[in-house]
Amino acid sequence: MSENQAAVSAENPQFYLTEDHHPENSTMLGFWIYLMSDCLMFAVLFATYAVLGRNYAAGPSPADLFDLNLVAINTAMLLFSSITYGFAMLRMEKGDQSGTLKWLAITGLFGLAFLGIELYEFHHLILEGATPQRSAFLSAFFTLVGTHGLHVTFGCIWLVTLMVQISKHGLIEANRRRLMCLSMFWHFLDVIWIGVFSLVYLIGVLG
Amino acid sequence: MKLIRRLSALTLPLALAGCDLVVMSPSGDIAMQQRDLIIISVVLMLLIIIPVICLTFYFAWHYRRSNTEAKYDPEWHHSTRLEVVIWAAPLAIIIALGAVTWVSTHKLDPYRPLDRIDAQRPVTPETKPITIEVVALDWKWLFLYPEQGIATVNEIAAPIDTPIEFKITGSTVMNSFYIPALAGQIYAMPGMQTKLHAVMNKEGVYEGFSANYSGDGFSGMRFKFHGLSNQGFNDWVAQVKNQGSALNRDTYIKLERPSTRVPVTYYANVENGLYNAILNLCVQPGQMCQNEMMHIDMMGGAGVDSHENRARLEYDTRWTNDAAPGATFPATGHGAKESQEAEGVNKPAAATEGGQGHSTGHEGHGPAPDQLNTNTKP
Amino acid sequence: MFTNSNLMEFIFGRLSWSSLAFTHDPIILMTFIAVMIGGTAVLGAITYFRLWGYLWNEWFTSVDHKKIGIMYVVLALIMLMRGFADAIMMRLQQAIAFGDNEGYLPPYHYDQIFTAHGVIMIFFFAMPLVTGVMNYVVPLQIGARDVSFPFLNNFSFWMTAAGAVIIMMSLFVGEFARTGWLAYPPLSGADYSPGVGVDYYIWGLQVAGVGTTLSGINLVATIVKMRAPGMTMMKMPIFTWTSLCTNVLIVASFPILTATLVLLTLDRYAGTNFFTNDLGGNPMMYVNLIWIWGHPEVYILILPAFGIFSEIVSTFSGKRLFGYASMVYATVVITILSYLVWLHHFFTMGSGASVNAFFGITTMIISIPTGAKIFNWLFTMYRGRIRYEVPMLWTIGFMITFVIGGMTGVMLAIPPADFVLHNSLFLIAHFHNVIIGGVVFGLLAGINFWFPKAFGYKLDDFWGRISFWCWLSGFYFAFMPLYVLGLMGVTRRVNHFEDPSLQIWFVIAAFGAFLIALGIGAFIIQLVVSFLRRDQLRDLTGDPWNARTLEWSTSSPPPEYNFAFTPVVHDHDGWYDMKRRGYIRPVEGFRSIHMPKGTGTGVIISALSVGLAFGMIWYIWWLVGLSFLGILVVSIAHTFNYNRDYYIPAETVIETENARTKQLAEQA
Repeated sequence: MSENQAAVSAENPQFYLTEDHHPENSTMLGFWIYLMSDCLMFAVLFATYAVLGRNYAAGPSPADLFDLNLVAINTAMLLFSSITYGFAMLRMEKGDQSGTLKWLAITGLFGLAFLGIELYEFHHLILEGATPQRSAFLSAFFTLVGTHGLHVTFGCIWLVTLMVQISKHGLIEANRRRLMCLSMFWHFLDVIWIGVFSLVYLIGVLG
Repeated sequence: MKLIRRLSALTLPLALAGCDLVVMSPSGDIAMQQRDLIIISVVLMLLIIIPVICLTFYFAWHYRRSNTEAKYDPEWHHSTRLEVVIWAAPLAIIIALGAVTWVSTHKLDPYRPLDRIDAQRPVTPETKPITIEVVALDWKWLFLYPEQGIATVNEIAAPIDTPIEFKITGSTVMNSFYIPALAGQIYAMPGMQTKLHAVMNKEGVYEGFSANYSGDGFSGMRFKFHGLSNQGFNDWVAQVKNQGSALNRDTYIKLERPSTRVPVTYYANVENGLYNAILNLCVQPGQMCQNEMMHIDMMGGAGVDSHENRARLEYDTRWTNDAAPGATFPATGHGAKESQEAEGVNKPAAATEGGQGHSTGHEGHGPAPDQLNTNTKP
Repeated sequence: MFTNSNLMEFIFGRLSWSSLAFTHDPIILMTFIAVMIGGTAVLGAITYFRLWGYLWNEWFTSVDHKKIGIMYVVLALIMLMRGFADAIMMRLQQAIAFGDNEGYLPPYHYDQIFTAHGVIMIFFFAMPLVTGVMNYVVPLQIGARDVSFPFLNNFSFWMTAAGAVIIMMSLFVGEFARTGWLAYPPLSGADYSPGVGVDYYIWGLQVAGVGTTLSGINLVATIVKMRAPGMTMMKMPIFTWTSLCTNVLIVASFPILTATLVLLTLDRYAGTNFFTNDLGGNPMMYVNLIWIWGHPEVYILILPAFGIFSEIVSTFSGKRLFGYASMVYATVVITILSYLVWLHHFFTMGSGASVNAFFGITTMIISIPTGAKIFNWLFTMYRGRIRYEVPMLWTIGFMITFVIGGMTGVMLAIPPADFVLHNSLFLIAHFHNVIIGGVVFGLLAGINFWFPKAFGYKLDDFWGRISFWCWLSGFYFAFMPLYVLGLMGVTRRVNHFEDPSLQIWFVIAAFGAFLIALGIGAFIIQLVVSFLRRDQLRDLTGDPWNARTLEWSTSSPPPEYNFAFTPVVHDHDGWYDMKRRGYIRPVEGFRSIHMPKGTGTGVIISALSVGLAFGMIWYIWWLVGLSFLGILVVSIAHTFNYNRDYYIPAETVIETENARTKQLAEQA
């Protein structure tokens, strides 16, 4: 119907729609733009790390501090959580509420494990005297990794909130949209972590 | 009509000026070339800006609604030929200006040693340049003459027609070293060295100052540049040596404390390596120098067991243990750093000062510390 | 085991009785008394006339983009008063502080004033005004009923307002930064600025920055997704185009500011070493980062002004805009190039000649699309029938003034010339030349242009002209002397001079500032007079200027739902096209309309943000904790509200539209 109206001849053009106009939902686009702006914040932190990352202030360097095995486990936690989030989304597509919730819970546990290991690492570094105040390198390191960690923390809070909402209202459209947004957020954090892992840890220790 | 009157009002002040525009009538060759660049760029741009302004007035007048004689064509909105022109005209100007920019930026790079004294005289191998080390302090300028072995505060002199190499650094925050009659400015930053090459061609006394806001005493951060004949310069050096006292690390540490409108001060001799220590933030005894730190960092750091290095590298906390300069509110809040190992650094420093009261060092507008006034030259 | 002083420190942080600035500064005391009296009067009046409920329900919690747009503009105009008061104080100080006369502002006070002036004018006057106008106009121009995320829009506004509140607090409680508006470290670091000033600066900008970024995301999504059927990208009105580019710039640059300020915050609060002199920090990093945000910011402000001028020139010349496509490309090119020029703000920091030359040339290249735009406006006037209404006056004033600012800008882009002009009053004159001559003129033109749309009556013509001529002549008197002073080697941010020959120029500049004050006064009188004469100035057609874009096709002020039926666009200048081809306004077939519901969440979160910021500034950690927790809880609670929309019943729509039908018939 509206197709016809838009295509009326030039002599007798239609200047308005007589029925309801439903613009496409903008949530995905809006959230994507938000992620890009968040990505820019990380870009600044990465750039800062790139510039200051070798200013050890006659102190410890990455090779002295980082334990690649620990970081590898940590990375695995986050990657697994992304996979399990994917499973949750597959269950959601099938309309399986309890399956979705189950996978979300597993995702959250992986996320918490990641945070736990990160906190352990920070604690260990600070005990060794490698505090954020020690050198520009450590300031940049703690800020970059810590900002990522804060994002994961908020992701976990959001995840729990969403689980409550799903169990309350089911997989209604609004909740599906929210799951999609959190999904993008979660994978986005994964991508950022891969950058952190390669640029900070791998190059730091091996490069 | 009103618009036209406005335009004439606009040109009036520009016509009135031209008496003491130091930027437009400088006395040093570098500043002269920079002046020429301003004129060239203005002339180039006026080629397009004057027609635009005239056309604006003309169209605004001619196509006013009450003028029914003017052609009215409400659908006319495109002309490929015209669009090519309106993109190409600015493009042509910018190509010309861009070429000028590229060449002049390289030619007038402040880091590049001079190749001419002025438009007629090239620099020959016999020309002996002079080096001046510049330190921006809170809120005064320290000038060191490594070849003459002297130093001054808030006064600088150089022989005319002699290339000058400035090496510039600072002690706390960013300033900008600027003598408009001599050459363009360059930032003075702590822990870093910038350079400026320039030459003065006319004898005289010129204004110099900091062009980058640096805190409370910024407005008073002015000095005089004396362009002197060779003989005059030698006399000046002799006078400094005659009247000055010694500048060593202790005097420097006292001098460095914040003070405003400090009178001209002469130092007859300068402790060896002082400028390097200032540049590397290690004048205070016990400090590790930045170049040493950078060397360690380049070698991959000092490992986990290097805690003591941190205290030796703390620099910004020197004044936070006594009330910081100008901090009216609140007397207690100095940020997170104050309570840390910093005291380890400051104690020996305070000791070498011979217990000079910390409270006198940071007064905002009071007279400069006593030892500065003793050697004042009018 | 608290001792008394420990307890006080726990409760009040570093806040104490002596922190209240008006206890020891007569100027601030007077201001404080005036603000108290004025504030009490306003609040009292609101209470007396029982307006709180109305304000809360119809405005504060409204998600209607039109009301939010108006609130942004009101906020901006209030902040203009503060920012301009700072300007006048500076001009006075510089006009009298020569030789033995120290003026009336000691450095401690003067340094705060120029910092506050810059911060307020950019972040809390120009930005809210630009955002407000975009918020009001863009959805109407694209034929939408609201923005993509109406709640976010309300929230964004309140965060901006919260930022403004934080900045205003610094006037009375504590002090403001004494660092210049970009707060370069190390000067702004914990060691050289230990007071609360820089903390006010940081938290004010961070809170407002959240609002700005979210509003940018919102408007980009709105423009991309919510356009009326038939309005392809190349049929969008130019103002919508420039708004799109501006919001893309906002989204792509404000996060950089946020991150940079976070690093500075960590340096100040946690003792990290990003921008310190010692322990490997690098202050030059900050200068780079802040300008990577700062330069696009300039274009964030000027692009919407370009859009406004495009609409106005075309409307008042009675002619289609010349070179629509090249206008669009010019806008896009400027958007992209604005990221490649940041280094021109510090040629004097000692980058190599090639780096300086590169950034100098990219800067000059921006003048090509800008020049093309000027020509496009020029040739829109060509063969037009120009009506000199107030918005058109501003446009002509802009075209003349802006080319001068553009020229001095290109001069500053040549690195060796910049070495002698950088940080001088020449630079100050240049950027006021483009910001006043471009942005402010544009926004005042826009206000005069769209005011009848928003309120249903035109602004008074006489006072509009007075305001224009005061502003224009005031601008030239205030800033031409600064160009001259710059060439005399006078630098910025100085509060006392020795050379008496400079004084005459500063006196002329102060006179110019006084003229601008008259211009602002005339503008306020214009608003008041227009309100009083609203019945004579009333416009019932909805299209008082015989304009061209969709916002003029609906009534003035537009109904809550903007358009009873979503318009269909066939050509750019959609409304002009409709008028030309005999559009007949529909009078029947109305349906119920789906609209978003208002909410108080935005107000609450922004109030909590003020608490959070205040706690951080004064080290009142319990307040920080409580506010943060509050924000978290309120945000989460908000997501549990699924009931966010409602239908305007068809009867209401019919009633509204019939009333308009009657009005139009009466008028005819």
